Amino acid sequence: MLKSALRSRWATLAVLALMIAIVPLIAPSAFYLRVAALVWIFALAALGLTILMGYAGQVSLGHAGFLGIGAYGVAIGPTHLGLSPLLSLILAAALSGVIAYVVGRPILRLKGYYLAIATLGFGLILALIFQSESAVTGGPDGMAVARLTVFGWRIAGAMQWYWVSAGVLLLGAWIALNIADSPSGRALRALHDSEVAAAGAGVDVAAKKLAAFVAAAIYAAIAGGLLACMNGLITPDAASFMHSVEFVAMVIIGGLGSVLGAVVGAAFLIVLPQALTSLQEYEQAVLGLLIMVFMIALPMGIVPSLRNWLTERLA
Amino acid sequence: MAEFLQLLFSGLTVGAVYALVALGFTLIYNASDVINFAQGDFVMIGGMGTVFLAAAGLSLPLAAFIAILAAVAVGLLLHRLAIEPARGASPVALIMITIGASIFIKGVAQVVFDKQFHSLPAFTGSDPIALGGATILPQSLWVVGGAIVLFVALYLFLERTLLGKAVLATAANRLAARLVGINVKVILALAFGVSAAIGAIAGVLVTPITLTRYDIGTLFALKGFAAAMVGGMGHPLGAVVGGVLIGLMEAFGAGYISSTYKDGVAFLAILLVLFFMPRGLFGGGSVERV
Repeated sequence: MLKSALRSRWATLAVLALMIAIVPLIAPSAFYLRVAALVWIFALAALGLTILMGYAGQVSLGHAGFLGIGAYGVAIGPTHLGLSPLLSLILAAALSGVIAYVVGRPILRLKGYYLAIATLGFGLILALIFQSESAVTGGPDGMAVARLTVFGWRIAGAMQWYWVSAGVLLLGAWIALNIADSPSGRALRALHDSEVAAAGAGVDVAAKKLAAFVAAAIYAAIAGGLLACMNGLITPDAASFMHSVEFVAMVIIGGLGSVLGAVVGAAFLIVLPQALTSLQEYEQAVLGLLIMVFMIALPMGIVPSLRNWLTERLA
Repeated sequence: MAEFLQLLFSGLTVGAVYALVALGFTLIYNASDVINFAQGDFVMIGGMGTVFLAAAGLSLPLAAFIAILAAVAVGLLLHRLAIEPARGASPVALIMITIGASIFIKGVAQVVFDKQFHSLPAFTGSDPIALGGATILPQSLWVVGGAIVLFVALYLFLERTLLGKAVLATAANRLAARLVGINVKVILALAFGVSAAIGAIAGVLVTPITLTRYDIGTLFALKGFAAAMVGGMGHPLGAVVGGVLIGLMEAFGAGYISSTYKDGVAFLAILLVLFFMPRGLFGGGSVERV
């Protein structure tokens, strides 16, 4: 019974809620709350990638591009179009989904390395646009972002952002878990194992892959919008190749296909640089080394390995 | 016409470097099915190593030689410590491992070297040669000439030597190669070593023109990669043609359309090629096995 409880989606949500509830109790200062809020926001983007990579088995090395669409959406909407930040966020998420739909149709026919490179190229072109269209995006220096106001409530301060980002993450996790348990989720996992077998069983492979890609893009755009609003500033660096790599690393280090894994992976890669600030010179070397070591030594990722160890102990 | 020639020369020069990087990719990909994202960092090691060794008082040829050896050592270590232990991993995991390696090499390079741009003196003077109204730098001739020499040398090695044929056999079918007595492990290490050497030589040749820094590898890797894909992954000739094509497209795109999106040209090219002829120019058809 314990075993099945460990695998149920309510257990996942409970563990996540517990993590969210504990952090403010032990955080010594607002700085830590800000870092935690960053973790929740990046975890949201990683969750979208979990649907695409973990469920459907399709890689994207351009995920930061969609994050950039969300971030620049909430920056450009109020500045150039006079829209409210909240409406801009919703529109940016929708736009991200539409772009993913249009680009995903041809791209997702590709497999393995080809898919990785196509998504990488797409992400780089987006980053290049953000950097070059300085009349709209402020160029390499980026642009200021208006504060997010939700029905008259102006979100400000580390504590408020902590709860907003945590709330959105919980909602995102709940949706991702429900997708996993739905017929669509089973179809995605089936095509992950074998596209031919899934197609033979009546799964519309192309449509399901595309749906996962669109979902991932929307998750990333919302995360990007929140990130931009919280920081009050956005630069093209948000959409960089390095960030795309970090998202994939979060998903794989945490545990491919695991919702909690995405959160743990995000926490790992966000908190680590903060912990390494005294070794700033070596930060990049350590990050590269960690990615290699995890891929080689713990290919399943942290959360599934832990869960297996736990269920074995309990059995 | 003069402008056209000028763009042609600059496109051919960069294209030759992309072709070399793509050739390195192809060599490793054929032997081990690994796409090596650290390929561009070999270019950086070649350039930066030569700069720093020359600054330490070594003569240019000796500095370049040692830098190339260092890149080969890094290539061999990459294979031994990161690729070999992960044998049988999924393509995505292998991509992440080589990306991790690339980040690691850059991280070490910014500590060992520094974060500044560096250059080398041109090998044989820097007086431009006038040609049909346009000018060409002597160093560009070194780059293109060096690339041609490397292609020919690699071709002769693969086609005319027993060791080269063993590499081809391993690329064609690893199990069959082992069954006829080829030491596949040695061949794989050889592919990484030779590929690193090619990248490092490209780095030495091009540094007097383009400057070098610890992080230039990423763009070289991505464009070399685009070149390999445009040509058709796994085809050495395709890699060369793809590299030159991407170099020319970049130069003409920057000259006639807009230089802002120069770095985007290569990726637009990959997307178009992947959409319309997913196997690349030289790829031909392939049957998917279930």
